Amino acid sequence: MLSLYRRRLLVNAFNLGVSVAMTLFGLFWLAWLLWTLLSQGLQWLGPHVFTAPTPPPGEQGGLANAIVGSLLLTGFGVLIGAPLGLLAGTFLAEFGRVSRLAAAIRFINDVLLSAPSILIGVFVYTVLVVPFGHFSGWAGAAALALIVVPVVVRTTEDMLKLVPDALREAAAALGAPYWKVVVAIVYRAALGGIMTGVLLAVARISGETAPLLFTALSNQFWSTDMSGPMANLPVVIFQFAMSPYEDWQHLAWAGALLITLAVLALNIVARVAFRRRKARQ
Amino acid sequence: MGEASATAVDRPARPAARPGGRALLQDALFRHGTRLAAVAVGSVVLGILAALTVGAWPAIERFGAGFLGSSAWNPVTEEFGALVPIYGTLVTSAIALLIAVPVSFGVALFITELAPGWLKRPVGTAIELLAAIPSIIYGMWGLFVFAPLFGEHVQPWLTERLAGVPGIGILFDGPPMGIGVLTAGIILAVMVIPFIASVMRDVFEVVPAPLKESAYGLGATTWEVVWKVVLPYTKVGVIGGIMLGLGRALGETMAVTFVIGNAHELSASLFMPGNTISSILANEFTEAVGELYVASLIYLGLILFGITFVVLAAAKLLLIRLGAREGRRA
Repeated sequence: MLSLYRRRLLVNAFNLGVSVAMTLFGLFWLAWLLWTLLSQGLQWLGPHVFTAPTPPPGEQGGLANAIVGSLLLTGFGVLIGAPLGLLAGTFLAEFGRVSRLAAAIRFINDVLLSAPSILIGVFVYTVLVVPFGHFSGWAGAAALALIVVPVVVRTTEDMLKLVPDALREAAAALGAPYWKVVVAIVYRAALGGIMTGVLLAVARISGETAPLLFTALSNQFWSTDMSGPMANLPVVIFQFAMSPYEDWQHLAWAGALLITLAVLALNIVARVAFRRRKARQ
Repeated sequence: MGEASATAVDRPARPAARPGGRALLQDALFRHGTRLAAVAVGSVVLGILAALTVGAWPAIERFGAGFLGSSAWNPVTEEFGALVPIYGTLVTSAIALLIAVPVSFGVALFITELAPGWLKRPVGTAIELLAAIPSIIYGMWGLFVFAPLFGEHVQPWLTERLAGVPGIGILFDGPPMGIGVLTAGIILAVMVIPFIASVMRDVFEVVPAPLKESAYGLGATTWEVVWKVVLPYTKVGVIGGIMLGLGRALGETMAVTFVIGNAHELSASLFMPGNTISSILANEFTEAVGELYVASLIYLGLILFGITFVVLAAAKLLLIRLGAREGRRA
């Protein structure tokens, strides 16, 4: 029989070993995913992916229209969502520290943040697709904007709250009106954090598929018309990956690699930029 | 800075006539502008709720609450029920949590207590990157890479070992197809690990050092400190983190749609294909014809919204309670 002391040491060593194993287990999936993407994606990635539009089955083609569509949808999504989120976050941080309205909005914002993205798609479908009678790029951008908003509200509020009140008071003491204090002093001090939030929001929406299924749909042809259905990488990847055609599946892998690289790059840039900022403060 | 000073500039008597009047007007514009944006954000959620309710109304009128308990899904006869997708949603999320919670705990323990300083950040970032990978990538990888391997090597093994066990045996008795409810649950687990692990790590880090030091001073091992001091101290936060992960798992769409098999059947075996609320929406919504069919799908969406709302509200309450306790102790 083991002494109590030996048993405690053994339990400790075993459980800590399990903890290390669990961490390796988590990292193992990341490595496996990335390796799959690289090995599958790289071999089908070529210049044609960026220059040719999506092909009919059995023909040569690329993803050019989907890439452009994704850039447009993401771009407009951020342009609509980020300013709205910035203003709302400003209200929560600057005017809503003790207000009940702000507390309610803070809670509702968290609901929006964790609402399944497919429901955002259904919502936009009922208000922007059904009344107009057709799918459109604008509906897709609106759905993405609704995903950007809660992320930006949250990070903006958190970042503005990190700015010391002494800075605001100093500016106010010099006679600056409050809006100027916020715009010229507080925003400036929190710029790095706010930009990080926007970058993370861009990263999040650039891979979103579910809300685009019922809004932007997709488009087989080259189109930059935001009021019509619009090709975009995630939905094209979905359609092509689920298709029985090998050529389409190959393009789906190439697209998957592109999206993942873009998203991971955005994430890493956001983190590095923010860390440097924190280190300076 | 708060409401008091804000109300002071609420109504400038005659903006242009007073010195600084223009600034006061601009201040009021700024304040009301930001408030308008905040109210707009708030009303979006109410708008979603209203739009879903209106969209689902024909189905609510027709099926009522019986929708929840019916396993019918027949677009031809227009008979619809939510039991199968609700079951699929709950079971896949439960599998995900069963796997993800212990793994996340291990990861958080490793990062906060075991890893040397230079390793903490890279490991933490790598785990968080799992959350950054788009769900459609998980879906593709799951369908083309994970499911075939799983069906060929793991499922036969599970059937052989576990199918005879009374009680749980039926769960693992089925054809090793690779895709199915269990596969979806496992992939969901990988997807929620980063969410749960990062909340656990954050709450573990707020445990005051003197508390841990006194336990170490009494001769406790690292495991005993974590299990008997850190975990009890942070349990509310840990549960809150698990609920947040659960919320993610419940609403996840694309990864599940790829690997769950999309069959509208209720089966005891976890190896059989099934569906979830979000996967049925992704698959059928654009192709649904007929008012009642579309309304039934939206009704499903409304139910999903309700489930995730309850989970989120519970998580928030728990985290707030943790915060309040922190405040009292400080």
